[in-house]
Amino acid sequence: MAGATSALSASQHFESRSATRDHGLVRALLLILGLGFFALFLVLPLVVVFAEALRKGWDTYWAALVEPDALSAIRLTLLAAAIAVPLNLVFGVSAAWAIAKYRFRGKALLTTLIDLPFSVSPVIAGLIYVLVFGAQGWFGPLLDGYDIRIIFAVPGIVLATIFVTFPFIARELIPLMEAQGSEEEEAALVLGASGWQTFWRVTLPNIKWGLLYGVILCNARAMGEFGAVSVVSGHIRGLTNTMPLHVEILYNEYQFAAAFAVASLLALLALFTLALKSVIEWRASPKSEPEARPKEPLP
Amino acid sequence: MSIRVENIDKRFGAFTALDDVTLDFRTGELTALLGPSGCGKTTLLRIIAGLETADSGRILISGEETSDKPVRERQVGFVFQHYALFRHMSVFENVAFGLRVKPRRERPAEAEIRRRVMELLDLVQLAWLADRMPAQLSGGQRQRIALARALAVEPQVLLLDEPFGALDAKVRKELRGWLRQLHETLHITSIFVTHDQEEALELADRVVVMNRGRIEQAGPPQAVYENPANAFVHGFLGASNILRGTIRDGLFHAEGASLPARNIHESNGEAVAYLRPHELDMSRRPDPAGIPAEIRRILAFGALARIELVTLAGRVPLEVELPQRDLAGLALAPGDSVHLVPQGVNLFPSAEAGALPRPVLAKAG
Repeated sequence: MAGATSALSASQHFESRSATRDHGLVRALLLILGLGFFALFLVLPLVVVFAEALRKGWDTYWAALVEPDALSAIRLTLLAAAIAVPLNLVFGVSAAWAIAKYRFRGKALLTTLIDLPFSVSPVIAGLIYVLVFGAQGWFGPLLDGYDIRIIFAVPGIVLATIFVTFPFIARELIPLMEAQGSEEEEAALVLGASGWQTFWRVTLPNIKWGLLYGVILCNARAMGEFGAVSVVSGHIRGLTNTMPLHVEILYNEYQFAAAFAVASLLALLALFTLALKSVIEWRASPKSEPEARPKEPLP
Repeated sequence: MSIRVENIDKRFGAFTALDDVTLDFRTGELTALLGPSGCGKTTLLRIIAGLETADSGRILISGEETSDKPVRERQVGFVFQHYALFRHMSVFENVAFGLRVKPRRERPAEAEIRRRVMELLDLVQLAWLADRMPAQLSGGQRQRIALARALAVEPQVLLLDEPFGALDAKVRKELRGWLRQLHETLHITSIFVTHDQEEALELADRVVVMNRGRIEQAGPPQAVYENPANAFVHGFLGASNILRGTIRDGLFHAEGASLPARNIHESNGEAVAYLRPHELDMSRRPDPAGIPAEIRRILAFGALARIELVTLAGRVPLEVELPQRDLAGLALAPGDSVHLVPQGVNLFPSAEAGALPRPVLAKAG
């Protein structure tokens, strides 16, 4: 998390030295290249999403959002995120704690495994669950006997979401906790704090901004995930469709305005996430530390 | 409260950090654990605190076995080398922490906490910093806050890990005097770890010199400095000149001189003499107990002048320290020949000295 302030001072430093100041032409070229790329691949699509969504006016836009299938997709997306994010929060904090503060056999392996969802294609992630829990899978028949459905049902969507968002929080916390070391925790223990008190009063306040940042990224991905969820969902309208899947269906049915309307919601979520992320980066930067101090929770 | 450490062993993989260490720390004493880095002194301190467990052995605090007591119940105060102040809490909250985490029954009321914390901040003379964050303090201030925080829980024992290690020379010196004063006031049994021999000798009631996981010598600073038990202790406690020679007829013969020695109980044979730079008298007159040497360089600044010489016989480098005034009286110049008469010679068997790294000549101070 490079604070915006440090980036600014670095650029000031760079500009003020003749040794590191680039030739005008080079600078202009770099700027044009960078901004051009940004405009073409990021800003333009965003504008298109909103333009297409509103092409037929606000009424159509609103109708596409309040239509029952759309509402159900929104509900399911929120539900999947509401389950996946807290679970990954618990997992992320424990994994980061274990990796940063203890020495144990298999630590390197665990660190690598945490990254697995990043390196595996989401489609494969979805297929894994189909193979394990599907009708022809390992546990499929057994679960079927108890009338439990996982694949082509909500549990499968939640599982797939958890899998793909697995690394976000742990990844964010591990370097942070490793850098902080465990001296403060040791100091707390010597002063008579229990493990629980140490966690709430010392560890958590130290990692809270990193943690929040991880949660936001995790949430954004949980709501936006397409590939893995698509494999396990079965695309049953009003039942197992999440927002990204709903967008795809509408688009395939040539309901462009409605598709873009739902897509614009996801885009808004992305923009909101970015804004929140910037606020957190700003608050977490050392300069604003003293006032960025909410009350510590009591155990 | 007295502390007894009994037959402590500690290994980290193949590395032996502590090898059968037994020590007694008397009530109210300030003890220094002194040694080079990696000698096990910090490990010993952490084992006493309970932050590390010994592979074998026992720790007794006021006669009570504590080896199995968890850290939080040991009632020790620990000051970390890098202070380990809670970075998200104000100075006040840092000091109050130990009181706030007490079980509800023992926890003092808010007003009482306030009173105790301010009292401690007054003790370390930093009450005016109560609302600051640790990041806004200087190193010396952080160190004192760390100490106040450790004292808040009224520990039976105070343990300090390299308390001045991360500070610059001037602040170090100030804090040293201040810590000694604080100890005189509180009289808590205290142990501090250091690799600075001057700090240990100046501050402690008792110095324990450690090397490679073992205790080389323990005793009052004066005794350890004047009668080092072995070559390592001599070499570690200050600058040393080293001469190899032989013992014959009750005298030590080396570099063309025959020297009487303090501890010449060894039988005839090879030996190594350790001489402190300030215990060598310089004279122009020949003397059978004087080592003939030639002056190489004169470093004359400050109260003490340093003179680098080589012996005429074997070209062994030597160093002499003498007060600036005496140097002026001698009117010496590089290239002059002089005779060095030792006031005290410590002899050690040559095998022992050979096994040890050569002590660094002329440590600062």
